[in-house]
Amino acid sequence: MSRSAQGLAPWRWLFTPMLQALGLTLLFATPLRVFGLGLPEPIFPMAAAFAWAVIRPSVLAPACVLVMGLFLDILWGGTLGMWALSMLVAYGVALTGRSMMAGQSFLILWAWYAGVTALAMVTAELVAMLEVQATPNPIGVGWQYLATIVLYPFSYRLIERFEDADVRFR
Amino acid sequence: MSLRDNLGELKVPLTWTAAVALVVAAVAAIAFIVSDRRETFQAEAYGASRSLSDQVLAPVGEVLSTPVRWAGVGADNVRGYFFAAHENRRLKAELKEMRQWRDVAIALRDTNERYRTILGLKTDPPIPMVAARIVTDSRGPFANSRLANVGREKGVKAGNPVMSENGLVGRIIGVTDGVSRVLLLTDIAARTPVMIDRTNARAILTGDGGPNPRLDYMRGKDAVRQGDRVLTSGDGGVLPRGLPVGVAVKGLDGRWRVVLASDAAPVDYVRILLFKDFTQVVNAAELDRMEPPPPTGGALTVGVAPGTTTPAPPGPRPPVAIAPRPQPAATPPPPVAPAPTPARP
Repeated sequence: MSRSAQGLAPWRWLFTPMLQALGLTLLFATPLRVFGLGLPEPIFPMAAAFAWAVIRPSVLAPACVLVMGLFLDILWGGTLGMWALSMLVAYGVALTGRSMMAGQSFLILWAWYAGVTALAMVTAELVAMLEVQATPNPIGVGWQYLATIVLYPFSYRLIERFEDADVRFR
Repeated sequence: MSLRDNLGELKVPLTWTAAVALVVAAVAAIAFIVSDRRETFQAEAYGASRSLSDQVLAPVGEVLSTPVRWAGVGADNVRGYFFAAHENRRLKAELKEMRQWRDVAIALRDTNERYRTILGLKTDPPIPMVAARIVTDSRGPFANSRLANVGREKGVKAGNPVMSENGLVGRIIGVTDGVSRVLLLTDIAARTPVMIDRTNARAILTGDGGPNPRLDYMRGKDAVRQGDRVLTSGDGGVLPRGLPVGVAVKGLDGRWRVVLASDAAPVDYVRILLFKDFTQVVNAAELDRMEPPPPTGGALTVGVAPGTTTPAPPGPRPPVAIAPRPQPAATPPPPVAPAPTPARP
């Protein structure tokens, strides 16, 4: 039996990218300033969550997205569950549009990634407004959004690597 | 039936189970949001899960931030080597200015001490403090907090103010063994009572996730000008009065904002002020031990059978002198039968 027909091992396409995203998030949480400016704070797990939705539907992927979101909330000290819900909403929308987006070009997928990332940011903003009764700075939200959509090549690499790895979901 | 058709049937259940898993995960996330009480900033609301995760994250952050700190020190050394002459000139000019300020400060201190002696003013007690190193830093628009590597064992408590060498950074919102979490002034949930040094006008410094928090609820006309120094007001007893916060500037949105003094340099080491507000300093137990006030004239009716007292005449009650405590009655009043309780419907 060929390797692709055996299905995808979760550690290859789920757990390894998840650990990489969490490691990078932790690395960027160090108090480093370059020329007086702090590092940006992109949402690294967003790239993995989008790629998982495009690659194939999975039972484990939402659980991984939930864990990554909770990790972000705990590390950054925000409302517990805010990023978990925001990324799950983005993951769900990306999964819904999977049949339309599978096999599309790099740029089209990038636009789709930018769209679902914007949805995640809006969800996070709504949760923050409900919890704290205050509106986050739109410039800060914009910078974080830009820093996140720049990560799309990492997501695309994951999609390229595993999109055809399971013949049942071609 | 072809193999492709069989494989096609596999898609449907997996898609549905994936959808169910997604819904379950979303419900779990909503449950976390509802159960989280971060916005209350109470010590007991911080929760065991956050305390435990902070304890795990702090050593990891410390390991990761160590090479970063070394790199920063190295870069500073290189910059110092190449810009030594320029730095020397700048420091000489600053020293010249500071000498003038030193003379002014000595004169003001002398005047201050004389005024305090004349007025018999009770000044605030000195505030003990502990030094800490920042090990993680979050800078996003939704949460601005940092982990410091000292905790409960050093006497740190939730609410303690945190300062860098330049000014106020924030305050402690969670503390456990060996680590504490600092909520920065820029966090979306941070509200800090401040005052304008020049006019003494009060305002609330409101973080919005950006680098320059807003000055809200400003009262008075022309209460603030560009470049005014902003200090903590001490209102509410949360923070001590007079800690430097920053400088007022007009934002691009037309609102008054503050360029934080702590942003002048990287915040890698901080001082946590073990500050106790007035309500904590005052001995509440001693206040509670105060003698109760003596009974008034109306207390004479205590122990007298109902119906035997003369009702007080209408009109203003005459002032009652402090009466001696009533002596207990020689014969106790007959026990009053409890009123019958109406039966529940």
